[in-house]
Amino acid sequence: MSNYALILIIVLYLAFLFFLAYWAERKHRGKLVNNPYIYVLSLAVYCTAWTYYGSVGIASQSGVNFLAIYLGPVIAMPLWIVLMRKIIRISKQHKISSIADFISMRYGNNRPLGALVTVTCLLAIIPYISLQLKAVSETFALVSNNTSYVSASIFEDSTFYIALLIAIFVAFFGTQSTDASLGKRGIMATVALESILKLVFFLAIGIFVVYFMFDGTTDVYQKASLTENFKELSSFGGLENGFNWMFTILLSFFAIFLLPRQFHVAVVENQNINHLKKAIWLFPLYLLVFNVFVIFIAWAGNIKLPNTLNHDYYSLLLPIQEGNTFLTLLVFIGGFSAVISMIVVSTLALSTMVSNNVIIPYGFIKKLVEGNPEENAKNIKNIRRIAIFILIIVAYFFYVLFSNQLSLFSIGLISFVIIAQLAPSFFLGLFWRRGTAKAAKVGMIVGLLVVIYTLFLPIIADVVTPESQIADKGLFGYWWLRPSQLFGLDYLTPESNAFLWSMSFNTMAFVGFSLMAKGNYRERNYAEMFVNNENYENLQEGAFIWKGEAYVADIRRLLNRFLGETRTKRALTLFNRKYNISEQEEKADARLINFSEKLLTGSIGSASAKILLASVSKEKPISLVEVLNILEENKETKATNKLLVEKSEELSQMTSKLQLANYELLFQDKQKDEFLDTVAHELKTPITSIKAASEILEDDAMPSELRQQFLKNISKDTDRLAKLIHDILDLEKLSSDRTELKIRSGKINRTIKKAINGIERIAEQQKVHVIFEESEYLEGMYDEDRILQVLTNLLSNSLKFTKKEKGIIKVLLEEKEEEIAIAVEDNGRGIPEEDHNYIFEKFYQSKNQNTKKPQGSGFGLAICKQIVESHNGSIWADKTVKHGARLVFTIPKTI
Amino acid sequence: MSRKILIVDDEPNIVMSLEYAFKKKDFEVFIARDGTEALEIAGKELPNIVLLDIMMPKMDGYETLKQIRNNKDLNGTKVVFLSAKSKLADVEKGLKLGADSYVTKPFSVKKVIADIEEMIA
Repeated sequence: MSNYALILIIVLYLAFLFFLAYWAERKHRGKLVNNPYIYVLSLAVYCTAWTYYGSVGIASQSGVNFLAIYLGPVIAMPLWIVLMRKIIRISKQHKISSIADFISMRYGNNRPLGALVTVTCLLAIIPYISLQLKAVSETFALVSNNTSYVSASIFEDSTFYIALLIAIFVAFFGTQSTDASLGKRGIMATVALESILKLVFFLAIGIFVVYFMFDGTTDVYQKASLTENFKELSSFGGLENGFNWMFTILLSFFAIFLLPRQFHVAVVENQNINHLKKAIWLFPLYLLVFNVFVIFIAWAGNIKLPNTLNHDYYSLLLPIQEGNTFLTLLVFIGGFSAVISMIVVSTLALSTMVSNNVIIPYGFIKKLVEGNPEENAKNIKNIRRIAIFILIIVAYFFYVLFSNQLSLFSIGLISFVIIAQLAPSFFLGLFWRRGTAKAAKVGMIVGLLVVIYTLFLPIIADVVTPESQIADKGLFGYWWLRPSQLFGLDYLTPESNAFLWSMSFNTMAFVGFSLMAKGNYRERNYAEMFVNNENYENLQEGAFIWKGEAYVADIRRLLNRFLGETRTKRALTLFNRKYNISEQEEKADARLINFSEKLLTGSIGSASAKILLASVSKEKPISLVEVLNILEENKETKATNKLLVEKSEELSQMTSKLQLANYELLFQDKQKDEFLDTVAHELKTPITSIKAASEILEDDAMPSELRQQFLKNISKDTDRLAKLIHDILDLEKLSSDRTELKIRSGKINRTIKKAINGIERIAEQQKVHVIFEESEYLEGMYDEDRILQVLTNLLSNSLKFTKKEKGIIKVLLEEKEEEIAIAVEDNGRGIPEEDHNYIFEKFYQSKNQNTKKPQGSGFGLAICKQIVESHNGSIWADKTVKHGARLVFTIPKTI
Repeated sequence: MSRKILIVDDEPNIVMSLEYAFKKKDFEVFIARDGTEALEIAGKELPNIVLLDIMMPKMDGYETLKQIRNNKDLNGTKVVFLSAKSKLADVEKGLKLGADSYVTKPFSVKKVIADIEEMIA
């Protein structure tokens, strides 16, 4: 393929990534961007060119050894649910933006420690990045048929431009916000996509090799078994090799936590702690799938390709040899993706570390204190951008100058060994309170020295003084000081050897120094916050102990510098509200110091934040015992406070419930009053009538006819009274739910007939015609006595309002979906329109204070309404009827 | 001279007793079953006394009283409320609106007659 075509493809691909990142950055609230799969896929940044190409190389030369590097993470993943959860919680709580921040924070915001961690990471990762560049350059050369790996001049080297483009990408999308602890969704989206591409394309070449170049896995195996060193390649080796396996697994176990890029994707970019649940099974699955074809591609390469070619690039050389340009291109793009995602995330993580843990705290802090918010934000971003460019350029030159002799695999392992030096202070620091900053520093330096001695010395010695025999004879001729076989252990690989001894010395120094001297109160304070993270999660700012003098105004001024006035104001208002502190408060307390430190940490790193706050406050040293006592106290107060808050919440809930109940009662009380008023009025009327009539009857001169009439009136009024009392009691009983309905399935036809029978005699007397259209055989769920009461009531009303001899009363049935509607219709005088809405209302009179209910309805319809509603039915007067009245009610159907 | 009384109530039995009692005392008795009917008769007959129920269909007693007071022809007419509304507030409201007396139900017919005779004496 032509050089230019390939460059064009690369540029197009990068442009696409820019676009994707831009899109994701703007869409950052969308589900597509913030979901567990993106998280899992971004974890796959673990698989670099080393995985993509190097695994095949190692598999072709030393068999299944390549797998060890993936077993570590696979073993680590289940532990994530506990371990990573804790790490993420701590990090989010303290706004931690890198592993350097994490470790320095754990040991009391120790500035030199943060710098040391950063340097360690740089040592480990820059060669690693240059290896990735090497992979790009070499694969580029292979695909474009360019013979030389490195061009004569930098400016003619396409790798240089690719590196620059990557730097621009990271600088643009990685520094959108000054707060480095915020997620970079655009970058993560591209990383996730690249993880898909590299996997799919690698599987594609695997399938191509196994099923198209060969007849399946068995065929590859059989043919491969004829190659010379096959036995060695397909076995695990002896016990010695077992140690190597163990150390490599352990190494990769550490790496999945400690590599800056892994810490970045797993911790800093974690949007939701529950994403871990998906990660613990999906990520191992990803690694497994990635490795399925490695060994077969390696075997196929051994069979098909001459031994002189670079084994690392079998997956690219095979399709080239087969003449399959398309597949070659896919494999190249896959590898390129693996490279870019690694470089992008690594430089992002490293640049944050370099700026927040080295440049700002050691040089720029004074300048920042004097600057205004906009300038500071700009400066911080620029520091990071410059760091990104410097990192990539340094990596590029490292690649140009040194890495020609080393394979992907070995540089990868060296990088892991260096990064592992963070392990003792990182892991022990999470669980062991005693660990101190000094011990962490000493351990790390000792570990690094051992690595330099065991791994670098032989290489350097080889280059600088080829005649020296340090590697073979040991330092000063002591055979047990031979760098690669330290203390006479001669069966380990150089990396395992370096790992074993550096780890041992590192851990011993860490533990030893921690035991020898206790850390200061601040270290102990943070130790407590990290180790017993669960206890302090709710305590938040309260877990930080600080004594001294500081003024809110000074702190506010400081925050203004970095956050700007609006954000500062908002943050402080929130803070005051959270802790119920008056806005007028002049003196700052420990909580405000801690809160401000956190606010600043995201932008300038924890060490600088501490220095800045120290500059505006006078801190008084506190004894360790005091710290622990206060912490204990805070925990207890917090617990009591929590209890109090809960109780008061309960109380206020109860109060509002009571209030509601009170309103309800008041309302009911009012209703009751009104009801009683109505009742009194209703009762007084017949009583007045009876009283008046009986007084009149005292008149002896009254004609007997009239006397009879008055006596009859009294009798009628007495009946009326009795009925009233009965109705009132009935209504009360119904509305207070004291009556239990005997609801049964019943034949509504029969009930209606019963009701009609009850009034038939009166109807016949008045010559009113009662018609019942027994349309359908329907069964309903109802209390027969009660529904009979309703029907009787409605029928009597109709009887009352229809004219004698001309009256017609109809009972109609209609079946509805879930209920039966029963209508009682008459051709009487009808219901005046204005009465429609309240004829069923038992309080009607009191609502329309002085106007009376339509005559005769009394409480009857109110009772009907109660009965129907207690059947979950409804009752209404049909307004559409022009002549006469139609009252309708419903009851539930039997199902 | 004849004494005219208008009885306004929608309860026929009560009206019947009052009618008998007042006729016995030589009153000329007119009967209305609601406020509108009452105004009509009052405007025509100019009664000396109106016995007025408060809770009635169509127009209530308060409104009827207002209309009576607005009618200059009825300046000399005394209005007595007859009502089951017996709360002090109701009584005060009735008097404030310009009723000459307020009798709560149930009442003694004899006492009502005695009071009214005194009122127009």
